[in-house]
Amino acid sequence: MTTTQAPVRTYKAHAQPAWRRMVLTRESAIIVMLVLVVLVSLVTVRNFDSPLTVTYLLRDVAPILLIALPMTLIIVTEEIDLSVASIVGLASVVTGLLAQAGLPFPLAALAAVLVGTLAGGFNGFLVTVVGLPSLAVTIGTLALFRGIAVGLLGTTAITDFPEYWTDLAKANIPGTPIPVIMVLFAVLALVFAVVLHFTPFGRSLFAIGLNKEAAAFSGIDVARTKFRLFVLSGAVSGFAGVYFTLLYSNARGDNAMGMELQIIAAVLLGGVSIFGGRGALHGVIAGVLLIGTLGSALRLAGISSDIINVITGLLLIASVVSTSLLAWLQARRSAAIGRRRGRDHRRSEPAPH
Amino acid sequence: MFGLKRRAGTFAALTLGVALVAAGCGGDDTNTSGGGDGGDDANLAVTFLPKNLGNPYFDTSNAGGAEAVEEFGGTYEEVGPTEASPTSQVSYIQTAAQQGVGALVVSANDPEAICDALEEARSASVKIVTFDSDTNPDCRDLFINQASAEGIAKVQIDLIAEQIGGSGQIAILSASANATNQNAWIELMEEELAASHPDIELVEVVYGDDDDQTSFDKTAALLQTHPELKGIISPTTVGIAAAARYLSTSEHKGSVALTGLGTPNQMREYVKDGTVTAFALWNPADLGYLAAFAAQALATGEITGEEGDTFEAGRLGSYEVGPDASVLLGDPFVFDAANIDDFDF
Repeated sequence: MTTTQAPVRTYKAHAQPAWRRMVLTRESAIIVMLVLVVLVSLVTVRNFDSPLTVTYLLRDVAPILLIALPMTLIIVTEEIDLSVASIVGLASVVTGLLAQAGLPFPLAALAAVLVGTLAGGFNGFLVTVVGLPSLAVTIGTLALFRGIAVGLLGTTAITDFPEYWTDLAKANIPGTPIPVIMVLFAVLALVFAVVLHFTPFGRSLFAIGLNKEAAAFSGIDVARTKFRLFVLSGAVSGFAGVYFTLLYSNARGDNAMGMELQIIAAVLLGGVSIFGGRGALHGVIAGVLLIGTLGSALRLAGISSDIINVITGLLLIASVVSTSLLAWLQARRSAAIGRRRGRDHRRSEPAPH
Repeated sequence: MFGLKRRAGTFAALTLGVALVAAGCGGDDTNTSGGGDGGDDANLAVTFLPKNLGNPYFDTSNAGGAEAVEEFGGTYEEVGPTEASPTSQVSYIQTAAQQGVGALVVSANDPEAICDALEEARSASVKIVTFDSDTNPDCRDLFINQASAEGIAKVQIDLIAEQIGGSGQIAILSASANATNQNAWIELMEEELAASHPDIELVEVVYGDDDDQTSFDKTAALLQTHPELKGIISPTTVGIAAAARYLSTSEHKGSVALTGLGTPNQMREYVKDGTVTAFALWNPADLGYLAAFAAQALATGEITGEEGDTFEAGRLGSYEVGPDASVLLGDPFVFDAANIDDFDF
């Protein structure tokens, strides 16, 4: 009712008070849902309130959280990287092979991150220089990198890693149930959030996602920007591969198989539009935690993995449908306003409603 | 109005989500009654974690486990990933530790990869029993071994000797040439032949690489190169099924004996049509049953997993813990036309 009293020339995003624009968003909906899931689980699921739950949950979602950061940036520019989990597997195998060959662990880890970076660069090259669609490119490299990883190590596993590093990967911040990897994640998340939301580079990503021709004409080097994102995604995936290896003390070619879908699902659930140009990191983080918490609570409640998959899938569909539904309602509403304004102009008096 | 409608949409989405969560959590009252109750004061909540769910072999073994848990009055639960990967088992081990179950009975997808998770569960005082596939012995309290290599070798030689009448040429259709367990069995079979059946001659060992078509072709080649062949042993489930398929359509059906290690579902039609008289494997239901009783004995503190400890396992009788904290189920189980319909795996 208040909106109709506003002056005629209002910009759509500012047609509502600031608090409402801040609070009534996809991101806050996901955060509220996360809080609800946590509360409901605390009340109804036995043992959910134990500190072990927090530790295990955060440990397990850490690789997903890490990779979700660059994935958000990529999806915002209306591209996608399906090869991330294969890069995790490849980096894991590289870490294992080099550590087994006697290289000091930090060097092996560094090499694995480098391999991840190169893999990301390869994706970026095919997408930006050759000009192929990222969906096709990364479906190809998903198979390619996974194939190399399994080929390098066969069906065997390398399980002997320096205890110092494996303990560090599993260690908690002293006095809390929170794994130390979360410190690193918090720093990375902060950097990514600042870059995405408060720098010209970040704004250019939204511009590319909304309209890449317009972005190019505004002086943004679209190809170079996208190339950087794929390299970044490869590097973070490589690092996640090292972490994954240490967490499970295990380097295998099939590590993190299928994780790309979990990551993309969480990013979309977090309110990032698959069509680009829309999304925020706090929503994505809440999305990852929501899926993780839901899985953890349901497992604790003794629900089988099939049912958990069904519920996660339904949740994702519901979130996508609700976005489309909202967009459709808004469009209808705008059309209605337009028609009414047209009548208003003719009659020069406000129409009753 | 604008705001109201949007809010309505958001709320609809939220309500849907909450409904999903509620639906998901609805069943937990019946499912998590495990906690600390059960028998006297011991924690008899036993969770079975197979390599993957929806696998008939583990359905059979876990049904045996459920039967045992019911007998000793504990609470039984079965969890597991849909795909058999080691890292996917870890979250279920963690969940069991969080739930504080009394014992976890697990078939490991990797001997090392789940070790750390098992160690953490043990420090949360969960007893760990492995069955079917062991982990590194340091990571668990007890391993239930389905069969000893000697037992497997002996039962197959006994079966073939009986089927060919104690003398003649036989051949072995194995998996791959460097399969450790297969080669160990073949070596023991040769020793057993030399010791107990000097009239039986092992003329050739061929390798079907656990591939259906290769095993099929190797069987055909065996019968051509050795026209006097009276029997084939295939100590691999893929091999025996492929060999049976070849024999059942060839003129050698009934005249060349076939035995080895197979599963009832794969072998049923060949036992019924007379191609195969009897074959061996262990009984997964007994394996799960024994594992559950071992878990109970550990949880009550009756045994600690030391060599020489003994415990009762219901209808299977008394068992003793052997070296490396392992318990042997017993002699392999022989399947024939009389009992094959009792099994579905």
